[in-house]
Amino acid sequence: MLTVYAADAGSDMLAFILRRLVQSVIVMLTVALVAFALFRFVGDPIASMVGQETTLAERAELRDALGLNDPFVVQFGKFVARASTGDFGISYRLQQPVMELILSRLPATLELALVSGVLAFVFGVGFGVYTALRRGNWLSGTIMTASLIGVSLPTFLIGVLLIWVFAVELQWLPSFGRGEVVQVGNWWRTGLLTESGRASLILPAITLGLYQMTLIMRLVRAEMLEVLRTDYIKFARARGLSNRAVHFGHALKNTLVPVITITGLQLGSIIAFSIITETVFQWPGVGALFINSVRFVDVPVMAAYLMLIALVFVVINLVVDLLYYAVDPRLRVDRANARH
Amino acid sequence: MAPVHKSGPLLSVRDLVVEFPTRRGTLRALDKVSFDIAEGEVLGMVGESGAGKSLTGAAIIGLLEPPGRIAGGEILLRGERIDNLPREKMRRIRGRRIGMVFQDPLTSLNPLYTVAEQLIETIRTHMDVSEKEARKRAVALLDRVGIPAAARRIDDYPHHFSGGMRQRVVIALALAAEPELVIADEPTTALDVSVQAQIIDVLKEICAERGASVMLITHDMGVIAETADRVAVLYAGRLAEIGPVRDVIQAAEHPYTVGLMGSIPTLTQTAERLTQIPGSMPRLDAIQQGCAFNPRCTRAFDRCRVERPDLIARGEERQVACWLYDPAKEAQDV
Repeated sequence: MLTVYAADAGSDMLAFILRRLVQSVIVMLTVALVAFALFRFVGDPIASMVGQETTLAERAELRDALGLNDPFVVQFGKFVARASTGDFGISYRLQQPVMELILSRLPATLELALVSGVLAFVFGVGFGVYTALRRGNWLSGTIMTASLIGVSLPTFLIGVLLIWVFAVELQWLPSFGRGEVVQVGNWWRTGLLTESGRASLILPAITLGLYQMTLIMRLVRAEMLEVLRTDYIKFARARGLSNRAVHFGHALKNTLVPVITITGLQLGSIIAFSIITETVFQWPGVGALFINSVRFVDVPVMAAYLMLIALVFVVINLVVDLLYYAVDPRLRVDRANARH
Repeated sequence: MAPVHKSGPLLSVRDLVVEFPTRRGTLRALDKVSFDIAEGEVLGMVGESGAGKSLTGAAIIGLLEPPGRIAGGEILLRGERIDNLPREKMRRIRGRRIGMVFQDPLTSLNPLYTVAEQLIETIRTHMDVSEKEARKRAVALLDRVGIPAAARRIDDYPHHFSGGMRQRVVIALALAAEPELVIADEPTTALDVSVQAQIIDVLKEICAERGASVMLITHDMGVIAETADRVAVLYAGRLAEIGPVRDVIQAAEHPYTVGLMGSIPTLTQTAERLTQIPGSMPRLDAIQQGCAFNPRCTRAFDRCRVERPDLIARGEERQVACWLYDPAKEAQDV
């Protein structure tokens, strides 16, 4: 019977992944539609391409040559076809291929997001478990109160406060930029390998991750308290298992199932909302690039950024669902059972 | 049926008081409960919901939910006090010397671990054996509690098993470290009627085999009649009556027990209506002065409303907490 289950779970997994992939494509197409609409409704692309002395006839000619008179569906189709190969055209402002621009900025954003995501997860889970197990002692009270500040202070203010304390007053850490970077491979430039790069990463990573950390911590605490009240925890205690085994073996694993989802989704928003942190710390990532292109109505960059963030969310969602599958054995079989 | 215990009881509960401090004062959930469980004996514990049956079990195994606490009395296991042990020492007793089976098998097992993982962890917590040896024992245990193809099923997750099978797994887990006493807290209440008897049989057989005593908490008098050697009746956190199961069922003495037995349908009697006890058990913050049962008791007299009766010995093995059986009063009546 066991082998039957395993085979079922395998084919079931495949069907599940395929279904999710189809859903992902639909999401991406919808976002592409919004991105495409930007071109048509945020100013006239011709106006931003030509000089003032261009005649109306020349403009009409250009419009025709660029295919802007084609039916909407044809234009959208072309946009999607090009976008799927990574071609978002040329930046109006910088006169460089958009994809190149974004790829050159992406490592900075990803490094920042990953470091703050890991910080948020590690400290969030750690503090969450601690405050759940040591309810009522002064330290967990302090942590809970401090977390309220983390939740309620806006990101830019935290950034500015950190700069003020650690860069201006104490002069321990740099206040802006990425420090020295090292080229790794063809297009990845990392700041993690140099001392100044790591030093520059600390303040922005804390700024970006603090809110997520408090969120994860409060979630872990609430889930943990919930799990500690369940019958299987009582039964585990009644069997004389050590506190360590009960708390970390039995309770924490059950707590992590919902926490993984939230954390995964948070990683998406860390990347998406790095805009503010990157602006405060002048971090040379895609967020800063996006803000600048908004200022100059650089539509191709804006559209590409939109699609990139959507892609990040879709991929993370997919990974989270697969993780869920890996952690919770019930999901693997309940689907199989439902079909029998 | 009841074994005569000369070497002293396995478990002895003396004047146990459990209290819950609340904002509106302290609630006494258990009030001076005393009973013994002899070696190899099955003691049934009956009473309505909220009478304190489960609480007695939780107090014995040291798992009272805070803010509940033992406020008085003592609990002795083989003559050794266990109600005031340091947490770590009490933990070593749980599972190893006192095992516990809970009511709902669907929620008693951790859904994220296989049965093997949970059994092996429990065995190795209490016994110094290798992983391989623990696994061997685990398979043997599962086999003993009646899981078919135990060697294969052991690597399944709890949700692969039906409710009855899961309760067998729970029993295997509770007995994994060979405890001397098993507290079974309504082990069949959540189960299908058709498997209840099987589960009780499995539990009873294995415990008899190993010489383990059982404290069987239930409100199913049928289960008690069939399984227990003696029965203790709880009412509003107080012991009303305790004695050999046949005596208590056939000739109940405490008016509450009489009412309880009268409310059970039997095949031999053709009663139009089952008798019922008027009223309901008082809330813990509204227990009357005197005997807790006096407002509902048809035979209550003045003394019952003023003075609380202690357990009065009735013969060798029976005790009743009722003024009707006060030797002084009986002498008067005669």
